Amino acid sequence: MPTYRPGPVSLILAVLVALFLLLPLLAVIPVSLTPSRMLAMPTGELSLRHYRALIEDPRWLDAVLLSIRIGIVSSVISTVLALCFSLGAWMFQPRFTAALVGFVLLPMVVPPVVSAITLYFLLTSISGMSSFFGYDTWLGVAMAHSVMTVPFATVLILVSLSQLDRRIDLAARGLGAGVWERATRIIMPNIKFGIVTAALLSFVLSWEEIGVTLFITSVNAITLPRLMWMGLRDNIDPAIAALSVILIIITVLVLAVRTVVVKMRGGH
Amino acid sequence: MRGTLSDRMGAAVLMAPLLLFLVLAYAWPFLGVVKWSVTLPTPGLGQYGALATDALVQSVFIRTLRIALIVTVVSVAAAYAITMVWVRGSPAQRIIAEFCILVPFWISVLTRAFGWVALLSNRGLINTWLQSIGFISEPLALVRNEFGVIVGMTHFLIPFAVFPLASTMRSLDERVLLAARGLGSSRMRTFWTVFVPMTRSGIIGSAMIVFVFSLGFFVTPAILGGGRSVMIAELIYLRIFQSPDWGLGAAISVVLVLFVGALMALLFRYVRPKQLI
Repeated sequence: MPTYRPGPVSLILAVLVALFLLLPLLAVIPVSLTPSRMLAMPTGELSLRHYRALIEDPRWLDAVLLSIRIGIVSSVISTVLALCFSLGAWMFQPRFTAALVGFVLLPMVVPPVVSAITLYFLLTSISGMSSFFGYDTWLGVAMAHSVMTVPFATVLILVSLSQLDRRIDLAARGLGAGVWERATRIIMPNIKFGIVTAALLSFVLSWEEIGVTLFITSVNAITLPRLMWMGLRDNIDPAIAALSVILIIITVLVLAVRTVVVKMRGGH
Repeated sequence: MRGTLSDRMGAAVLMAPLLLFLVLAYAWPFLGVVKWSVTLPTPGLGQYGALATDALVQSVFIRTLRIALIVTVVSVAAAYAITMVWVRGSPAQRIIAEFCILVPFWISVLTRAFGWVALLSNRGLINTWLQSIGFISEPLALVRNEFGVIVGMTHFLIPFAVFPLASTMRSLDERVLLAARGLGSSRMRTFWTVFVPMTRSGIIGSAMIVFVFSLGFFVTPAILGGGRSVMIAELIYLRIFQSPDWGLGAAISVVLVLFVGALMALLFRYVRPKQLI
């Protein structure tokens, strides 16, 4: 327990910052209940018409399903690639490991808009060769999302490996276990939590991704954020408020569950 | 056994797929973008010359730097206040602060930008309320301008500013603070002359992260700026999809990468990467 506690001034300032952080999340609730067709505060009566619109308009459901499909594929790709890479780095510690990890982290550090134009170049180049892979295809989006999420997955798996006791691996090796056995039966069970977290984070990042997706899709591969973007740019549709409320509720629930799980595991 | 052939092959087989993937899907196409910048529409360094002379491009660059600076100062100050409570508050205060930091952090940039539209627009919460109490007769222009962009970006970036600050505030030596208080220094004086200097590396790290992020920020400025307060990233988007002027978009991207790279190099001269997590 820290002995140097925040004083009254810090507490007041922190409350103001906390309000600032929560206010826009709360503001969408009344807007989502407005009976008006346009973005406005409800005056008097409330209506669920914008929630109904989400269900009745097939575009929203299609976008959700597409986002889930892309999220799963890109999460699998980036988790598998990140896991293999991290195992290689941890088990063999080759020379230039730091430089190689630095290279892998580039898509996380480079401004997203530069990654976006880079992936736009890539996918439009591929488009000439194939009609189901490239610009504005779901496979193209899944690959681009993998590029963007793989650094995050790698960081998480490397962090869980760094907390693993090397002697476990040395013992297995001394007893004659091969690389494959050590990786799958000794190391991976010990970093299970890190691998699952990496896969989940990759899925969430892909599910929310908009900066790159805007550059590499036009009419076919409309993910949920892309559809929200279109609704926000053209005329602001209160259905987005309803959707935002649902997304915020899901986020709060997931965070609550995660907090409980972490508390039960007794660590962080 | 280190350094034998099988070990080296093991490392290569495990590490190669990701490296190959990123070379083919990221590094190689980036070189393609660099190629665009010197070949479109005509070969040569014309696009880079245009960057130095084009008034529109320059005004966007200056606006981006100005917004990034304001957002950095405000975000780091706000993050400092809430991090104090998150790291050093009572258990209940810490849980509430953590909730207020992590919930927005996990909510998508689009939802958050939309939340600000719902608050700040002409028929949004703030204007409706101010009009209903008779404080104003005409709605205030709070969004689709630079003010809206700064508010939205600050909101997005505060959690990112929190993490480096939290890490230095957690690791500093308590005894120095107690000594200062014990020697009769007031709370305020201890804070400004002992606590703040001791978290200097966290402040630098946090400011650099926020500043670098703001330079390449796209979604929030595009929605809350409403096309009236265009920043570099949106300019690249417009050059690719609306003009189409791929050469200039590519040249701006290359300059942005070089600029961010230089800033990161500077950052790592002052702060070790480990202090940032």
